[in-house]
Amino acid sequence: MNATVSNHDTTPVVSARALRKAYRHRVAVAGADFDIGAGRIVGLIGPNGAGKTTALKAILGLTRFDGQLSVLGMDPRTQRDELMNQVCFIADVAVLPRWMRVREAIDFVAGVHPRFDRAKCERLLANTQLNPKLRVREMSKGMIVQLHLALVMAIDARLLVLDEPTLGLDILYRKQFYQRLLEDYFDENKTILVTTHQVEEIEHILTDVLFIRDGRIVLSAEMDHLAERYTEVLVGADRIAEARALGPVEERALPFGKTVLLYDGLPRERAAALGEVRTPGLADLFVALMKGTYA
Amino acid sequence: MNAIAANTAGNRWTRTFHWLLRREFWENRGGFLWAPVITGGIAVFMSTLLAVAGVVQARRNLDGTPAMDDLPGYLNSVGAAGDGLLMAGCSLTGVVLAFVVFFYTLGSLYDDRRDRSALFWKSLPVSDTQTVLSKAAWALLLAPLLSVVVGLLVGVALWLLAAVAMMASGMPHPTALFTHAHPFTVAWRMLLTVPLGLLWMLPAVGWLMMCSAFVRSKPFLWAVLVPVLGCVMISVLGAIPGISLPYGMIWYVAVYRGLMSVIPGTWSINGLEDRLAQGSIHDPGQLVAAILDQTSSWGLYASWDLWIGAAIGVVFIAIAIQLRRWRDEA
Repeated sequence: MNATVSNHDTTPVVSARALRKAYRHRVAVAGADFDIGAGRIVGLIGPNGAGKTTALKAILGLTRFDGQLSVLGMDPRTQRDELMNQVCFIADVAVLPRWMRVREAIDFVAGVHPRFDRAKCERLLANTQLNPKLRVREMSKGMIVQLHLALVMAIDARLLVLDEPTLGLDILYRKQFYQRLLEDYFDENKTILVTTHQVEEIEHILTDVLFIRDGRIVLSAEMDHLAERYTEVLVGADRIAEARALGPVEERALPFGKTVLLYDGLPRERAAALGEVRTPGLADLFVALMKGTYA
Repeated sequence: MNAIAANTAGNRWTRTFHWLLRREFWENRGGFLWAPVITGGIAVFMSTLLAVAGVVQARRNLDGTPAMDDLPGYLNSVGAAGDGLLMAGCSLTGVVLAFVVFFYTLGSLYDDRRDRSALFWKSLPVSDTQTVLSKAAWALLLAPLLSVVVGLLVGVALWLLAAVAMMASGMPHPTALFTHAHPFTVAWRMLLTVPLGLLWMLPAVGWLMMCSAFVRSKPFLWAVLVPVLGCVMISVLGAIPGISLPYGMIWYVAVYRGLMSVIPGTWSINGLEDRLAQGSIHDPGQLVAAILDQTSSWGLYASWDLWIGAAIGVVFIAIAIQLRRWRDEA
């Protein structure tokens, strides 16, 4: 299967062909093919154990793999040191070293990273409770993520990889996290690759999605195309038989006798004849496509 | 043009390495700086109490100047005591250093994997080679250097304290402590122990760093029990009749050179034992000279033991770099 997250201009930022990674007892990524274009915000979405984190690790050169993978034209296995000048990542959450002070973190990143903008980092931290002398071990989880995000956002990286960046944060921090990423960081020269289970929260910021299941990419599309391709129809009990005959991918019952049916590639007019038409949410689509994963 | 590019790349490497060294200091200030300073402080404080008690005691018992048969010998002994006090400061911080280096290297490539902050360091443009080398540089060079400097300061404090105590208790010729001592020689020779110690500690530091980069948990058990139990098992094997193995050699290589070489001065024990056994040491001055000679003379570099150990240490560190690169967390 060869899926392409579209990219209108230049060569892809990430390009994988037959990407495969097997651990001793389990195949984590089983021959995935995908491309990620520049200036996109791509969600890599899949159930637990689908191979998301392994795929990211391969992209970041943290693990060995089979197959072809090129990130910004480089091989992450052999050119990782070079690659890390232009790639940045936040893996899981809140993993800053506990002994470090805010000032030390800023000094260190400013010292080693040629693309770090110290003024920007300080500006991002200006309105928070993070004062320069505070140690990471004295911070709340939310504060650690704030600091980490400020450090990373001040780096002018071409590719930013976020692996469950908001895990364990409350809803206020989660909202703020993505808001800041969009407002103060993202532009057409940057690419963001993000995995999360909180699909609803990132749906509105994504430009593309990759659904991964059992180590394979099962869907790769632009968000706009997704809205055109999939249709959700609210059907009353009287027309349900007719609606079912059209072959919905998924159906679920609502209270008061209505049923929601999800169609792949059903023309709008045909759908409108059945009942109220809606654009399906990413979460509903995800559930429909991942049916039977844990069976 | 290429030269400029190369130069910038070189600068960048140096700059990154400089920040990595600072980073290690931030994290381990307690072990590298405060541990020797506090130990030295306690030693000086306790010595002060002892000196005061000694002075009180001496003033009570001393009546008149004691008879002096051998004045030059006495003066030399007093001077040697001064040198000894300077060295005492260094040996004190040296003992602290042994513990600090042991636990620092053992945790150096493990602790940040355990709390997953290794992923933060790996998200920055810092190569694994640089990371590992910066840690090795602290264990082998900077921490010992700091230890010698602090040790000499402690030694000077003890020295001055002794002079004050001698004067206060009315002992004859207290100034011999200054005039017959060799503080600059001692300080220089103590500094010379640093490069020798670097080579000597390499196999132990390399082994500990390799274990630190390798294990998934319990680095102490791996690093210590593997060589010690290995040696014990080989020794037990020797109880079987008909098998004879060079046990002394095996223990020496695995445990003494592989683990205990982090203790500064362990390279001088054999030489000193020989000297004492020969009976060539008759007075404190000769003892001081023998210790200085055995801890820092150039002749010690002419030993296979030192260089083979250092080469093995370098191999261990190279393996640690590879392990650091590919050890896959979570």
